Amino acid sequence: MSNTPKIPAVEILLASLVDELTADAYSDGVLVGIRRGGAWIVDELQARLGRTDPPGYIDISFYRDDFAMVGLQPEVGGSELPVSIDDAHVILVDDVIHTGRTIRAAMNELFDSGRPKKISLISLIERDGHELPIRADICSLRVSLAPNEHVKLLGPEPLAFELVKRNREKK
Amino acid sequence: MSSSGLRDSHVQLNEDGSLRHFLTIDGLSQSLLTEIMENAERFIDFGQRKIKKAPLLRGYTIVNLFFEPSTRTRTTFEIAAKRLSADVINLNAQRSSTSKGETLLDTARNLQAMHADMLIVRDSHAGAAHLIATHLNDQLQVVNAGDGRHAHPTQAMLDMFTIRQYKPDFSKLAVAIVGDVLHSRVARSQIQALGILGVPDIRVIGPNTLIPTDVESLGVTAHTSMETGLDNVDVVIMLRLQRERMIGQLIASEQEYFKTWGLTQERFASTNKNAIVMHPGPINRGLEISSSMADSPNSLILPQVTNGIAIRMSVLSMVMSGVEGVKE
Repeated sequence: MSNTPKIPAVEILLASLVDELTADAYSDGVLVGIRRGGAWIVDELQARLGRTDPPGYIDISFYRDDFAMVGLQPEVGGSELPVSIDDAHVILVDDVIHTGRTIRAAMNELFDSGRPKKISLISLIERDGHELPIRADICSLRVSLAPNEHVKLLGPEPLAFELVKRNREKK
Repeated sequence: MSSSGLRDSHVQLNEDGSLRHFLTIDGLSQSLLTEIMENAERFIDFGQRKIKKAPLLRGYTIVNLFFEPSTRTRTTFEIAAKRLSADVINLNAQRSSTSKGETLLDTARNLQAMHADMLIVRDSHAGAAHLIATHLNDQLQVVNAGDGRHAHPTQAMLDMFTIRQYKPDFSKLAVAIVGDVLHSRVARSQIQALGILGVPDIRVIGPNTLIPTDVESLGVTAHTSMETGLDNVDVVIMLRLQRERMIGQLIASEQEYFKTWGLTQERFASTNKNAIVMHPGPINRGLEISSSMADSPNSLILPQVTNGIAIRMSVLSMVMSGVEGVKE
């Protein structure tokens, strides 16, 4: 019997993130979204926070730790970082935090582009199944899911979460 | 085994159609060639990054096994592999045990015994890379960096990639390949790639002695005059005169050759507006191409070299892609 939780609308999850991000601790940060889901969320946050400074985007394809197993992933858009992330407070944004491997890859890539003063991690959803000691600093929803259940962000227009059942990705 | 037998294109592909080795353009699909170029696009900015490296091939050992001299190809393969964090060994095979009589396959097997994951092979014999790929198919990946007169697939792909940056619609192009087509593995691979990508008008231009007699069976038209051959083309690819491969008297003299077949500003004037000029290098100024033409704004000879790194990063990563998934 499945006790699959209901995922609220993206709009509601976003509103809760915006509330937290208006706090002083995040006012100096530059938003960097992990492609593709995290990048879509960054675009939404920029608009809602009224930010005009350019955000960053990260494509982790070249930093994945499962390259030897699953190979090069189809194009997701490339990395675009602001002029310099040296000494910057980077607010790393993803849609869903699960194993933590994507975040590790993204941090490796960030450090190849400079030396941030601080990295904070935010996401709409954090689920169980961590494989690394990586946790979101802010997230709108924490859920517990069966190992074969996955939440996937569809987008960019409109943004909506979909719950799918599948085994771990294989090529 | 299928009736088409042991064509390179079968050896070099996995069952799912992805690249297992990269030996020849012949038999590859348009979508695969496009995928190579699209992946290269992702690597093009790497040269501008603070740390010009990604960890994609970290822990893999790649051997540059070159039995013929090379500067550009060997160096750009090395840079490509290092930007992907692989360990690279350069073997100048003219000075190694092959000169003591070891066969090509034995050399390859020894490198495999040292746990090399990939060999990048250049050899004066056609089929050298194919031979290694066939015999060591399960143990390592092989990339052809030029085999005799047969194929030079990464050069052809970097040329296609360069053309695409300036002339994105292959279906509207007229391309002329000029000079020593007979000895050119580059020309052969280029003709195949241009055909697969849908270029409707492919021409070769040169003296009869340097144009293969069966060249029109490859889907090209042969011209023995620069004036008619260059008329309204969009891309001019000059080839190096490969005197080291010539047996007998194939050209009258160098001065005579330049006078008839050299690319000059005057001759270039009959091409289409904004036509581009390419050359795989090394260029012989005043032999195949005039200095002013080689240095003109239409010349893409140096961008070709830069693009060679991105294309080779793309090919190396595609060949190593999912390699452990395949071995399982």
